[in-house]
Order: sequence, then C-alpha cells, then structure tokens
Amino acid sequence: MRSFAEEFSFALTLIFQGDAELWAIVLLSLQVSIFAALIAAALGMPIGAALAVARFPGRRALIVLMNALMGFPPVVVGLLVYLMLSRSGPLGVLDLLYTPMAMIIAQVVLVTPIIAALTRQVVETLAEEYAEQLRSLGVSRLASVPVLLWDARLALITAFLAGFGRAIAEVGAVIIVGGNINHVTRVMTTTIALETSKGNLALALALGTILIAIAVAVNAMVSTLTLRAEKEGLRHA
Amino acid sequence: MRDLAPFCPDGLHVSNLRIARDGKVLLDVPDLALEGPGPTMILGPNGAGKSLLLRCLHGLIQPDAGCIQINGRKLSPEDRTQQAMVFQRPVLLRRSVSANLDFVLKRMGLGRVARRDRIAELLVEGGLQGQARQAARSLSGGEAQRLAILRALACGPGTLFLDEPTSALDPAATQKIETMVLRASARGVRIVMVTHDIGQARRLASDIVVMQGGHVVEHGQAQHVLDAPQSPETRRYLAGGLVT
Repeated sequence: MRSFAEEFSFALTLIFQGDAELWAIVLLSLQVSIFAALIAAALGMPIGAALAVARFPGRRALIVLMNALMGFPPVVVGLLVYLMLSRSGPLGVLDLLYTPMAMIIAQVVLVTPIIAALTRQVVETLAEEYAEQLRSLGVSRLASVPVLLWDARLALITAFLAGFGRAIAEVGAVIIVGGNINHVTRVMTTTIALETSKGNLALALALGTILIAIAVAVNAMVSTLTLRAEKEGLRHA
Repeated sequence: MRDLAPFCPDGLHVSNLRIARDGKVLLDVPDLALEGPGPTMILGPNGAGKSLLLRCLHGLIQPDAGCIQINGRKLSPEDRTQQAMVFQRPVLLRRSVSANLDFVLKRMGLGRVARRDRIAELLVEGGLQGQARQAARSLSGGEAQRLAILRALACGPGTLFLDEPTSALDPAATQKIETMVLRASARGVRIVMVTHDIGQARRLASDIVVMQGGHVVEHGQAQHVLDAPQSPETRRYLAGGLVT
C-alpha cells in the first residue's frame, strides 16, 4: 500500500496531467449541479418572493414547511425520487432512473427549498423597507416583486451559490437515483465513495481536492459579492 | 381656529377623519382645509399624529372614518398618482443615483431619450450631477434626501408631502432642501410638510397646522400662528414647554 504522500502525489498527477476519466467525472458533476441549481433558482426564487410579498391564509405554515425542507435528509429525498421514477412509480414511464436527469431532479428537490427560503428571507426584509416608498410611487404589490428581486440581486446570487454548493457536495440522493454507473452517472461525490471503498485512494483524493477547490471558489465568490454589496450599500440585512 | 374656509374648492379638504387603535384615538380631525398658495407646515410634539395625518392624506393609511377631498371631489386613486411623498428616512433603491430617477420616469412611460434628458435636469436641480453613477445608498444624508425629493418631483406631483425631511441634517444640508422645497412650491406644487423646526416653519410656511394628541389645535396663516397663537397648546409648544 502506498503512503499518503505517494497517493496525494499521484492524485496531483491525475489532476494536472488531465486524466480523461477524472475530468469527465468533474465535468458531469458540474453539468448536473449547475443545471440543478439553475432550475432550483428558477423555481425557488419566485416561490420565495411570492411568500415574502403575498399575504394569504396558511402562509406562515408554508414558510415553516419550506424552512423544514431545507434540512430534509438527502437519502430520503433520493428514496422518494427513486420511488417516483422507478418502473412502478408515477413517473416510471419517462424511464429516467439511473440517468443524469434523475440526479438533476433529486438535486432540484434538495436545493429548491434552500434557495426559496433564502430568497423569502432576503425579499421579505427588503419588502418591509421598501413597502411605503413603493406604494407612494404607485407600485402595486405584484409589480413590486421584480423591483425587489432586482434590488436583492447580489443576495440572490449568494443564495444561488449556496444552492450550487449544496448540490455539488451531495452524495446520498444522487447515488440512489443515479446508480453510480461508470461514464453515465458517476459524479465526484459518488466516485469518491466508491473508489475509497475499492482502495483507489489517488482518484478519490484527486476528486476530493477538486471538490474542495470548487467549494473554496464558491465561498470566495460569495464573500466577494457580500463585500461588494456592503461597499455599494446594496447588501440587504 | 382661524382663517379656515368651511369648504375648500381648490385644495385638500379633510372632514371627520378618524383613526383609533385599541380604543385609543390616534387621529381625530373633524375639519381641515389646506388651500393656501404656499407651503403648509404641520407642527406638533412627538405622537401628535402629524405623520399619521400625512400618510392618510397620501393614501398610505386608510382611516377608520372620514373623507379626504381634493378640488371639491373625493380623493380617487387617480388623484393619488398626482401626489408624492418624501419620508423622514429616505428609502432609496439599491441602484445608482440616476437609476433611482430612471425608475419613476420609466413608470411614467417616458422614452429613453426623454428620460436621459429629464434625469440630467433633475440632477442639476438637486446638485447631484457629479454623483449620477454613484450607488444611491452610499450618498450622505443630505444628498440622499435631495435624491428622494428629486425622485418625488420626477413624478410631476401636484402635491408633495414631506415628513420631517431635514430632521437629521446639518444647517447647510437643510438649507439646500429648503431651497428645493421653495422652488417646487414656486412652480405650483402644493407642499405639505411635517417639521419640528419652528425656525424652518417661519422660513417656509404660508400656513401652519399645529397638532396635539391626534387633534388639530390650531390652523392659520404662518405669521398669525407663530406671532399670536390662539390655543394654549400652541403657545406652550412654541415657547418650548412640555406638551403632553
């Protein structure tokens, strides 16, 4: 068995020599998670904004439910999506199980509540601040939604990045609905789990290093955006 | 009360306006006519109902009872689009200075060139031409309030409500705001402004409304109210005494 230093050295070689298998896995991970985060943002941001602005019976219960869904166990989400997509499930006819699309669906289910909850919080505080001014300018409650979303844009990009970070680091749900099939549904997290169990630590370490680098880059972007927002007085709460 | 017309054919007329919360009367104005040519100043201690009256007049708060008329007819939603309000703490959009002005001009349906020209005029009027691209939220207090007034004036209002717009400003910044208010008034914009500054009321007001405990205790021409107040509450307020 190779030492940790040797494994890490081999991992760096895989990364910098452009190992085709490794980078294919990284590319698929990015494709799945970016696509999932974009769909989750398209769903979650309007939902969050609507919950922030609209007033209707049961709104408070919906907010509690949405906040609770943020902590939903990924394996349970994987199981539910699996049941939906399995041959005997309601969406079985689509034949999506063990495809990248199944993993995207699972990640969308996981990430949408996060983006919606963060959006709701950001937009609600901004809406309270803007309420009288927008009414004074003749802006209706409905028409205020795009104004609020635009003015909270930096905070919403942060919410998107938080959702993407959650999606790309996810393993439990995607391994259930994706099946970890080589060259088809094998993403960074599921490959790390598999290769570690097989003793192929170099590939696992290489993917782990890239995953950490992505996490650091995402957090750096969040931090930069936050600083910029504070500097420009655009940050909300 | 003096100098009040029983009905105001050309101006704002309030009758039997009332707001109560939890059994406490917050605003009770049986009759008030704002018809003077120049700025109207509303004076009174904290909690007198000045800001509440302003919000009612602008339609931000619905009274429990009463009627607000403009030019002899009941205030309609269309009339409210002819009004604008500037708040004590200016609420600026998280955009640049010019984008704050562009927001209201775009809502008015102006084209790109017309908006650009109007923004340039407004920035000169407010002395903010050097800060057009600056983030509005990074302006100083005086600049922010000037931008809030410019944005309100960009709507082309017939009536402009101002709720203590200079309460947190130094004398130089206050003077700039007062100049803008007087210019707007000279152009025919009806100004209704809440202030605690008696000197400011003396400088700007055509007529003065004095409030206390949700009631109008005196309303008349500025010079009369300031130099020969009739109600004991006004006399105490102007003398700097405690009014509860």
